[in-house]
Amino acid sequence: MSIFIWIIQLFFVPALSPLCIGIIRKIKAKLQNRQGANIFQPYRDIWKLLHKDEVISNDASWVFRFTPYIVFAVTLVVGFSIPIFFPRIAGFVTSDILFVVYTLAIGTFFMALAGVDTGSAFGGFGSSREMTISALAEGGFIFSLLTMALIAGSSNLFDIASFSQSIGGQYFLPVLLAFGGFFIVLLAETARFPFDNPATHLELTMVHEAMILEFSGKRLALMEWAAANKLLIFMVLGANLFFPFGFGTDVGLASISLSIFYFLIKIFLFCGAIAVLESTIAKFRFFRLPDLLFISFIFNVVAIGLIYSIK
Amino acid sequence: MLEIITSPISFFILLSLFFVGGIGSLFFLKNDKYANGWGSFFAIAGSLWGLIFSITAILTKSSLLFDLKTSVFSLFTLSFHIDLLSSFFVFVVSLIVLFCSIYGVGYIKHYYKKYNIGALGFFYNIFIASVILVVTSSNALFFLIFWEIMAVTSYFLIVYEKNDQDNVKAGFLYLVMTYIGTAFIILAFLLLFKYIGSFDFLVIKENIALVPAFIKNIIFVSAFIGFGLKAGIIPLHIWLPAAHPAAPSYVSAILSGVMIKTGIYMMVRLFLDILSPAPYWWGLVILVVGSISSLLGVLYALTEHDIKRLLAYHSIENIGIILLGLGSALTFYSLNLPALALLGLGAALFHTLNHAIFKALLFLSAGSVISQVHTRNMEEYGGLIKYMPQTAFFFLIGSIAISALPPFNGFFSEWLTYQALFQGINQMQFVTQWIFILAAGSLVFTGGLALACFVKAFAATFLARPRSEEVKHAKESPFSMRLGMGALALLTLLFGVFSGYVISLINTVSQSLSIFKNSASAVNISSNQSMTVSDGFSSISGMFIFLLLVVATFLVIFVFKKVINKTQKECKTNTWDCGTDLTPRAEITATGFSRSIILIFKGLLKPTIQNNIEYYDDQNRYLPKSRTITLSISNIYNTYFYQPIHIVINKLSVKAKTIQNGNIDLYITYIFVALMLALLVIL
Repeated sequence: MSIFIWIIQLFFVPALSPLCIGIIRKIKAKLQNRQGANIFQPYRDIWKLLHKDEVISNDASWVFRFTPYIVFAVTLVVGFSIPIFFPRIAGFVTSDILFVVYTLAIGTFFMALAGVDTGSAFGGFGSSREMTISALAEGGFIFSLLTMALIAGSSNLFDIASFSQSIGGQYFLPVLLAFGGFFIVLLAETARFPFDNPATHLELTMVHEAMILEFSGKRLALMEWAAANKLLIFMVLGANLFFPFGFGTDVGLASISLSIFYFLIKIFLFCGAIAVLESTIAKFRFFRLPDLLFISFIFNVVAIGLIYSIK
Repeated sequence: MLEIITSPISFFILLSLFFVGGIGSLFFLKNDKYANGWGSFFAIAGSLWGLIFSITAILTKSSLLFDLKTSVFSLFTLSFHIDLLSSFFVFVVSLIVLFCSIYGVGYIKHYYKKYNIGALGFFYNIFIASVILVVTSSNALFFLIFWEIMAVTSYFLIVYEKNDQDNVKAGFLYLVMTYIGTAFIILAFLLLFKYIGSFDFLVIKENIALVPAFIKNIIFVSAFIGFGLKAGIIPLHIWLPAAHPAAPSYVSAILSGVMIKTGIYMMVRLFLDILSPAPYWWGLVILVVGSISSLLGVLYALTEHDIKRLLAYHSIENIGIILLGLGSALTFYSLNLPALALLGLGAALFHTLNHAIFKALLFLSAGSVISQVHTRNMEEYGGLIKYMPQTAFFFLIGSIAISALPPFNGFFSEWLTYQALFQGINQMQFVTQWIFILAAGSLVFTGGLALACFVKAFAATFLARPRSEEVKHAKESPFSMRLGMGALALLTLLFGVFSGYVISLINTVSQSLSIFKNSASAVNISSNQSMTVSDGFSSISGMFIFLLLVVATFLVIFVFKKVINKTQKECKTNTWDCGTDLTPRAEITATGFSRSIILIFKGLLKPTIQNNIEYYDDQNRYLPKSRTITLSISNIYNTYFYQPIHIVINKLSVKAKTIQNGNIDLYITYIFVALMLALLVIL
């Protein structure tokens, strides 16, 4: 049974992530009075790209060639380590909050290097911006998870998810603040509005798309897919740590199917929220983004302060 | 057998190896090749012996205590006390010196015929011996003598490339700052002597109760300033980014990796061992200083485009992180929470070891680049990964480790430091709790900014296209240099994967301090190498993380390269150039890369821009002849700390001038009056 859970944990995130992208695009299209592509279109895109020939720059080194694999592998490892709908099972020692944050940083690190590697002006600036945003987002990211860890008394993500279900009403405000901080980080780390525009390749202000501009074929597919994985990872964390309704408490069939049912609804709501947000606000000026990221950090500092005034 | 290795004789063999190496190289002043061979051989042999000595001492938990009594003055007893803490630092020193010396064999070659190799061997060996003596001696007077030998020999190593005026200047700054630090250290020891009447550390420790609490606080402050200066805490760090880059690269590695850690060693020794029990606020002061040093250290590193200065600023950052561990240990200990104090101390010691390894690795690979490109300016690098692939790989490993990315060693020591701070947040109250929250906050941002800084350093140095002609003539370094770097790169991985085992050894080291007798650490190591903190608040396993990452990476490569996509072609063309010629000028530069972060922190970093335009015709300002833009940073510690001191000292000197009128008779009167006063005081 446990090997079965391990395999599902490993492949769940990559299997579902393109669908989330499809759903967000569909909702956005509807909001813009367009028909929009089928929600399964991202799967077809990835499949098509995987079978295309590749063009690689003369200036690119092995860092560029290796990056898509490591970026994708990192999202696999993190997807494997986070609570999806199974409760904690023995042998999970990689679900520490710091491990998840720093492992995702490996992906960012290599992606930024690959952006510079081809020597194009776009890639370098994309990397510079990405590192600026992710350096400042780390504060809010770690602290929002820390807030939940301090409430739950454990920094294991599974424990936090199980504990959060029984959280008393007195923690309503700290959890809300922590989620506010986390949601800002979610938008920053997954390159969504108001931090970045995921829909364009040719804008001087782009961040994520600028870094992957020189990729093509299967490497581009991997980068796109990894970005989708990262989005789903953040949504799963948001859904299961801050809104853990129905998160599985045991491995029984009824409990798990309820857990899956709630999980899918929550993820759909997250997709909807992101799509609505992207349709209603504009991208911020780059030098206004730090304000937003510091707000996310401050939210969490206040939340931690509140926890102890309650206790 | 094991007793022989940990005997005093073995310790003297260790020292004599370095002395023979040092004195011997002086005989080969005329012959570069022999001088290099002799000096390096004995440094390698000495550090190997040091490794064997310290590892045996730690594994057998044996401590060594012996005196060399001089009959005349009982005060001047040369005594050594090599307990596990000393052994641990001997281990760190030997480990780094071993690989730096191996690297040195190849690196010294490019000084042949230009500088005196014999002198280099002399100062290098004596310097290392003095570092080992500093961490083992148990008498304040001899400690100070060794401390001074260390300062002087390192000064000569810093000004070794004496043809460059900047190096001489940096050396002078180092000397001045170091003596200010020593003055504070002497003050601390003299105060201890006044109340206890001994310079022996063990005697001082036994009678520490004789020292009034107020005096103890003064001792703490002056010792913290003195040793903090050597460790490079902000704002006493100004010598560090000037001096470390000036030395030959493998010496820079030792300065940054090892020498500044002697400051940390003495802080642990004094605050947790000799002066204990420590008042509550000491730990908090160290936490605050640690937070400031780590955050400002990394911010200043981001502004640098001199690769060795960048690394030197990262040493300041990492010393800050070590101080976060140490500060939380002190705080927990004074609140009688020994288990958590052990966690904090373990984090500090582990990070000391890890920082030594990856910082040495980074300095060595930077040195490898500098020896080929002949400049420290990163703007003139670029594309080196194609010319020096192995150096690039080693620098990448070092960058990943220092950015605390799993599964390398930096992650695990920072993880432990985080745990100590999290426990502080969880268990403290009011002001203390907020200090812990802010310390954790500064560590979080430090981690993020360090990552950005090393993306910048690696990308500007090794990636994209060459930005100068020198790069195109670069070749891979000789074997001995690659061996030194490769071994350290492997160690960063091993100390990460087997972090559980290393931590259990470090726990033994910290439990050997008398204040931690009979207390268990908050870190538990289970049989499968996983560390668990505070009864399951957090747990992590280096081995498992490593396996998971490796398996996932190979799985992805296998599936996408061999299963799904077998027949597709890869064709190579130029980078998309927007229709213009591809030149290195299209690439992002090191300065450009960090510009946005600098602008975001402009309140702290105070960036300045100077525009200068020269026109063909000053009357007719349409055709500019040349434009220059100077970007720089004005240092806040200069404006708010050093300049006020400078002004005060200047004013005092002007005042002092009035009694200095050049008349010899008057001066003789001064001497007479001073003599009478001194006699009066004594009688």
